[in-house]
Amino acid sequence: MAMREIAGHQVQVNEEGFMTDPQEWTKDIAVEIAKVEGIPELTLQHWQVIDFCRQDGMATGKAPTLRRITTAAGVTTKEMFALFPKGPAKKVAKISGLGKPEGCV
Amino acid sequence: METATVTATATTPAFVVTPEEKPRHIAFICSKGTLDMAYPALVMGWAALGNGIDVTIFFTFWGLDMINKNRVDHIEIAPVGNTAMKMSMMGLDTGNLGIPQIAGVLPGMTAFATKLMKDKMRALDVPTVREYLQMLSDAGAKLYACKMSVDMMGLKQEDFVEGVEAIVTAGDFMDMTAGAQIVFI
Repeated sequence: MAMREIAGHQVQVNEEGFMTDPQEWTKDIAVEIAKVEGIPELTLQHWQVIDFCRQDGMATGKAPTLRRITTAAGVTTKEMFALFPKGPAKKVAKISGLGKPEGCV
Repeated sequence: METATVTATATTPAFVVTPEEKPRHIAFICSKGTLDMAYPALVMGWAALGNGIDVTIFFTFWGLDMINKNRVDHIEIAPVGNTAMKMSMMGLDTGNLGIPQIAGVLPGMTAFATKLMKDKMRALDVPTVREYLQMLSDAGAKLYACKMSVDMMGLKQEDFVEGVEAIVTAGDFMDMTAGAQIVFI
């Protein structure tokens, strides 16, 4: 476990760069992590997915898997790969300040 | 002695790697048409895509059943010859007792075993083979049918589910998967 400064906030991250305390998350942190993950600007559609993941993550205590997002948030697989290319569930979990999503689907 | 020298000079942690290397590419060859052999490539392919890895799947021989419109929803598992299939699958407290081979040959046993397995998967919210193929193709996986098998079985492109890009030769497959890791199932 390490501390890292993101967008002026001191937050705890694990060795893969996922935040370990979702309470420390703020929207400006999301914008900063997204840039590092290769998403220069978060659009309204990005935010809809992030908001869903935040709600779902806080309610269940774990980051939603890609299938959970596509079945419950009304976003298609194609859209997810377009919004968050190269590993969308992991990327959105990281941006949303949640842990790495677990599960095979 | 040599180990000690290495330890003393190693100051950079080994896990620091450059992230922007050539993207990893995994190719699966699906050659079987049974339920237990249909899922591995689908599950691993989906996991690979979720990790930002490029995926190619080549369907050959019985694996063509997985992408055949008329077969994809009827992929089965047979208890005959399958020593891993135990009576306990049916919810019986029978430990390691296998399903008797003689019972496996009774009409309806294959359908019964298939139903049990599909019910278990449904309970875990595991997508069907058809749904998985759709997810994979939407996520950017490249799906191909093997030309020789297609010719042998008298099939055509229109016999396959959406998402199957083309019917290709083994040579084409080799070209498309240069540098990829290949998994034969």
